[in-house]
Amino acid sequence: MKIRDHNELFCGREYQEQFERKKEFENPFPAEKIAEVSEWTRTEEYKEKNFARKHIKINPAKACQPLGAIFCASSFADTLPFVQGAQGCVAYFRSHLSRHFKEPMAAVSTSMTEDAAVFGGLNNMLDGLENAYSLYNPKMLAVCTTCMAEVIGDDLNAYIRQAKGKGLIPQDLPVPFAHTPSFSGSHLAGYDGMMKAILQAVTAGRKGDPNGKINLIPGFDTYTGDYRELARMLGLMGVAHTILADASGTYDSPNTGQYKLYPGGTTLEDAADSVNAMATIALQKYSTAKTLDFVRKEWVQRTAAITPVGIRNTDRFLEEISAITGRPVPAELEAERGRAVDAMTDSHPYVHGKRFALVGDPDLLLGLMSFIMEMGGLPVHVVCTNGDKNFRAEAEELLASSPFGAKAAVHTNRDMWHLRSLMFTDPVDLLIGNSYAKFLWQDTGTPIVRIGFPLFDRHHLHRYPVIGYQGALNILTWIVNTVLDELDRKTMHTASFDAIR
Amino acid sequence: MRQIAIYGKGGIGKSTTTQNTVAGLSEAGYKCMIVGCDPKADATRLILHKKAQNTVMDMARELGSVEDLDIDNVLLEGYKGIKCAESGGPEPGVGCAGRGVITAINFLEENGAYGDDLDFVFYDVLGDVVCGGFAMPIREGKAKEIYIVTSGEMMAMYAANNISRGILKYAQSGGVRLGGLICNSRKVDKESELIGELARRLSTQMIHFVPRDNQVQRAELRRMTVIEYSPDHPQAGEYRALASKMAENTNLVVPTPLTMDELEGLMMDFGILENEPVE
Repeated sequence: MKIRDHNELFCGREYQEQFERKKEFENPFPAEKIAEVSEWTRTEEYKEKNFARKHIKINPAKACQPLGAIFCASSFADTLPFVQGAQGCVAYFRSHLSRHFKEPMAAVSTSMTEDAAVFGGLNNMLDGLENAYSLYNPKMLAVCTTCMAEVIGDDLNAYIRQAKGKGLIPQDLPVPFAHTPSFSGSHLAGYDGMMKAILQAVTAGRKGDPNGKINLIPGFDTYTGDYRELARMLGLMGVAHTILADASGTYDSPNTGQYKLYPGGTTLEDAADSVNAMATIALQKYSTAKTLDFVRKEWVQRTAAITPVGIRNTDRFLEEISAITGRPVPAELEAERGRAVDAMTDSHPYVHGKRFALVGDPDLLLGLMSFIMEMGGLPVHVVCTNGDKNFRAEAEELLASSPFGAKAAVHTNRDMWHLRSLMFTDPVDLLIGNSYAKFLWQDTGTPIVRIGFPLFDRHHLHRYPVIGYQGALNILTWIVNTVLDELDRKTMHTASFDAIR
Repeated sequence: MRQIAIYGKGGIGKSTTTQNTVAGLSEAGYKCMIVGCDPKADATRLILHKKAQNTVMDMARELGSVEDLDIDNVLLEGYKGIKCAESGGPEPGVGCAGRGVITAINFLEENGAYGDDLDFVFYDVLGDVVCGGFAMPIREGKAKEIYIVTSGEMMAMYAANNISRGILKYAQSGGVRLGGLICNSRKVDKESELIGELARRLSTQMIHFVPRDNQVQRAELRRMTVIEYSPDHPQAGEYRALASKMAENTNLVVPTPLTMDELEGLMMDFGILENEPVE
């Protein structure tokens, strides 16, 4: 039997005939009417209606809290993410992460059902902790919740104490927990809550002599290349550091032919010692606010949040590290900077003056906007579904700092359907977003540069860094080559179709 | 900062007692905050001299999301600088009031309502501990002290015992303790003795017996506590006494709830049921 690829399958005669026959029962509007409405959704009039909409989100660019919490937890070594709640939610988190990284991803759920909703999830939690510990032998169980446990108000703190009190899991097993209701915040809040809980749990009673290191909290960063780039940059500077936590071991592990349940991540020993570091630098602000607050107040450490995306931001980041440690930025990094700037100059005829629409997480957006303006590109539409008023203020301040930001408008709490209206009524040259933004490409024909999370439909992009000067070079490469691909497509049947660009 | 949760049967006078007690504490120089955990949002009316219009959940509903809320819109100051917030919640019969309490308390915490200058935070919690949401004030090291408002009526005592069962659950895991029963008198026979005995059986104390007095009603109609409305009235003295007893209380216990049979037996012993015809 020939198994046909579904890309051809549905174009085949039998399916096409079936689609036609179904119409009898579907009673659809005539094709002309659909085309007419479709055309209308591109108008200014529709945009106004679209922006007035209150009670529905269409393609929001965010994921839910426990996804961020699980990503955070799985970046620590020998740690099993444990979700108090319904099983289907956890299947979604796992498949979402697996589809992005093309790696297996382990997490367990307490499989709460109807009775747990009525009586509370205590028994699920007790059985779950006991089973998960004895079956999977983790060194840490990191607990978060789905909506169901949150609506009924399950008390994780009390449940975990009971499990330990009953001897179901060892007293000294770290079991940090974060309440992560999916119906508020986004994956960023979940990451933040879990990071704070883990650091709180593993560093308890560990305050001792200073270890001379710097802690680095990448935030919800799904570029495994970033973790290696970060370690490389700090290595070149000779700065001892701890990455809290290193997702690259878990989500970019080598294929050795043997499956490992816990393939990597920051060791709990290193994490425990982070309380003795001289400073903690976050590479994202909006996914680490509570954690940094905790570090500042409880560990009494110097903290900063700088996202090293783009040239200026990477400069700031390295200068901060240099200021804390007293170590100069080495010539090698300066040469890298020079090469990145040289590349920007080389590509500048194709990037300068280009109009951009951007959609994604707040910190990455700030980094991208800054870098685009450094190249003379014009951010025009900036959509951040999970951006708050602080992000909006920061973004507007950044845009106001450059003449290239003058045309931009920042839209927080808006979604990709809003962005669709913006792109029809005020077109741009390029779109930057995750894989779901490809539907905007489909509708508007605006070429898309895939940056963000999730990236399901292109492979290996996450293995390249977007931070540092190397990251700037990568982003530049993706942007300029997308411009050139589009130029080739457009000039394909003209005299301007050329081998040299 | 001491965080105190007030529980008790619906309609028993939790809000009146709480506000009068807090007025007494504030008069004595303590800095206090009241967090109303009831969709009816009437836990701060006597302090603010009006029903709080801006509850956390009402504002969230209006703005579309809790994240858009400003703390100054929902944290108000009333009599003697007492800070007041109301969780608010859904209309009767819809939604989930318990989740509203969780959301509201999280919001207040995250936005710095719990300033270091506060001496007391009072949570005035709706009725019984019916679901996880209404246990929020006693979870995770928030309120460590609970007082139960009751009277000598059977159902109020039944509720007090039931709440003790809830406290027992959290006492084992979270360290919350029962500070005592407040008897808000309904003029039941031998009421003081009865509640004193119930307290003893629960391993706690009757911290104060608040006599019934119409002055409370008069003050309430004017949207004031008795302490503010008529500072020299004997009833104001009762609330001051309760306030100072609570401020000085160190008798914090893990309660020992009764079975239903024991509770009925207790009432028998005090003669409440003695005049009933024998079958």
